Amino acid sequence: MTLHLPPILTYALRRLVQAVPVIVLIMIGTFLLLKLAPGDTVDALVGDMGGADAAYIARLRTEYGLDQPVWVQLWLYMVKLVQFDFGWSFVYEESVATILLERLGTTLMLMATSLSIAFTVGCFLGAFAARRAYSLTDNVISTVGLVFYATPSFFLSLMMILLFSVQLGWLPVGGIKTVAGFYTGWDHVVDVARHLIMPTAALSLIYLSFYLRLMRASVLEVADLDFVRTARAKGAGETRLMVHHIMRNALLPVITLLGMQFSTVLGGSVVVETIFSLPGLGQLAYQSVIQRDMNMLMGIIFLCAIIVVVVNFLTDLLYARLDSRIELA
Amino acid sequence: MTLLTTELPKPEPHRAVLLWRRFARNRAALLGLVIFVVVLIMAATAGLIEPTDPLRRAGVPLTKPFVDWATPLGTDQLGRDILASLFYGARISLLVGVLATLLSIGIGVVIGAVSGYFGGWIDDVLMRTTEAFQTIPNFVLLLALVAILGSSIEYITVAIAIVSWTAPARMVRAEFMSLRGREFVDAARNLGVSNTAIIFREILPNALPPIVVYASVIMALSILLESALAFLGLGDPNHASWGNMIGQGRAVLRSDWYCAAIPGTAIILTVLSFSLLGEGLNDALNPRQKK
Repeated sequence: MTLHLPPILTYALRRLVQAVPVIVLIMIGTFLLLKLAPGDTVDALVGDMGGADAAYIARLRTEYGLDQPVWVQLWLYMVKLVQFDFGWSFVYEESVATILLERLGTTLMLMATSLSIAFTVGCFLGAFAARRAYSLTDNVISTVGLVFYATPSFFLSLMMILLFSVQLGWLPVGGIKTVAGFYTGWDHVVDVARHLIMPTAALSLIYLSFYLRLMRASVLEVADLDFVRTARAKGAGETRLMVHHIMRNALLPVITLLGMQFSTVLGGSVVVETIFSLPGLGQLAYQSVIQRDMNMLMGIIFLCAIIVVVVNFLTDLLYARLDSRIELA
Repeated sequence: MTLLTTELPKPEPHRAVLLWRRFARNRAALLGLVIFVVVLIMAATAGLIEPTDPLRRAGVPLTKPFVDWATPLGTDQLGRDILASLFYGARISLLVGVLATLLSIGIGVVIGAVSGYFGGWIDDVLMRTTEAFQTIPNFVLLLALVAILGSSIEYITVAIAIVSWTAPARMVRAEFMSLRGREFVDAARNLGVSNTAIIFREILPNALPPIVVYASVIMALSILLESALAFLGLGDPNHASWGNMIGQGRAVLRSDWYCAAIPGTAIILTVLSFSLLGEGLNDALNPRQKK
């Protein structure tokens, strides 16, 4: 007997199955990177203990499976990853998974707010510019977009710190909350929000330009299509035309970009979190490189990959929901 | 006699002239070209016009710009000449940008072409690999590669190429998939032309225009990636780099912000020039797209 699932669910399941080989490939990739890196877990462990005799080192290698053939090691590594066991961090003297979980919230909050702002404002401005294509307004919006597109996030962050923290003294230079501020309740929320304004603004402004440019091009393209003319001929008002006919279709490629860009923005958070001393995954990635904490770095790569796979999955569902041309079944 | 003076249509101008006319119609693209040429001249003449070694002390530390004409743009906190660093930095930025772009386009073309031409399980394997690379945040992977390979300028270039070949690969694949069923490809195949020759001699030239345009995007991104690495202090310490100058300038941001602002402006203008050049190239190579 065949199972009768709603089409959207079948589609979702199929997309999930497609993600499996990608995740397996990433596991193999991080394993290879760990193998390429100088020194292994036992070297780090022994270094941490301040040295050990050869017999003990050999026993440790057996214990960690490092004397096994490479493919057995890979299998052991993948079994551990599936159980969210990313190994031990000798820098933090703690399991990598524990540290990652502590840092995850800050990064997700930063990503969610920056991307929402970048996407909404970018799409709105892009559509606005497209409706007045080649006018002065359009030129100003497009030029400003291009300049932000060309600005390195670290430089924008520094200039914002210079203006809003150093010159005007409005916003804190960095950190997630005031040190020894001991705020509670609402005051705490306001304090954290004040610390997040500049990093969020820096990330949004940079990535806003991507959505702006694509949305402008997309609206210009859709506005030329036959169904828009038909709708106009049927007497649809300009506002209704824009919202129901043009925007809905023009948004499709931008939503694809949102999914594809998510990993890039996650990468961009490394620089921004480092500059603003935000205790998130990005700053942790930078510190791991400096402290040569390879287990931690690979854990971050794997966790980020999982987040990106989930976000891509969600944007695909959203796309399927919006685009009637996609066969769900 | 008048028969001899028949009005013949003017000969079609050379292809290069046509391309240039379409390119030059875009004013912004011309501006991009001018900025690019200036940066190119800076990179080429580093050490000639501005003979100071950018890594050595040239004057009093933290001299403001336009004060001492030995160091026209001033000096940083170690007394190093900012103008000299700017020239040598242009060389590193362009070098890394051009080489990383060529390398990543090269990888992308091979993978995309093989994937799109053969299809089937080869396509599946290559596309899942491409997806895996796209799933990992590019800057985090770049950090990992630099941590493992080391941060000499050669390895940084290779690492940037490794994190940026996926988009060109997907573009080339899409082009190949739409071109592989055309008549000229079938004709070549019937003549017994080898697969390699069909891929590189028959299909690739037709698939090239969008890739050339996209190269300008990769070039801009490569320069941004290199500068971000250098800013974080993970660049090659043996070369002056714009990103590194900004990283150093961060320490004196409160009092001497020009140390960071000058190289920052240089990066923005250079990356901007590539975006504008890319739009001009798009007008020149894909004229049908233009409304």
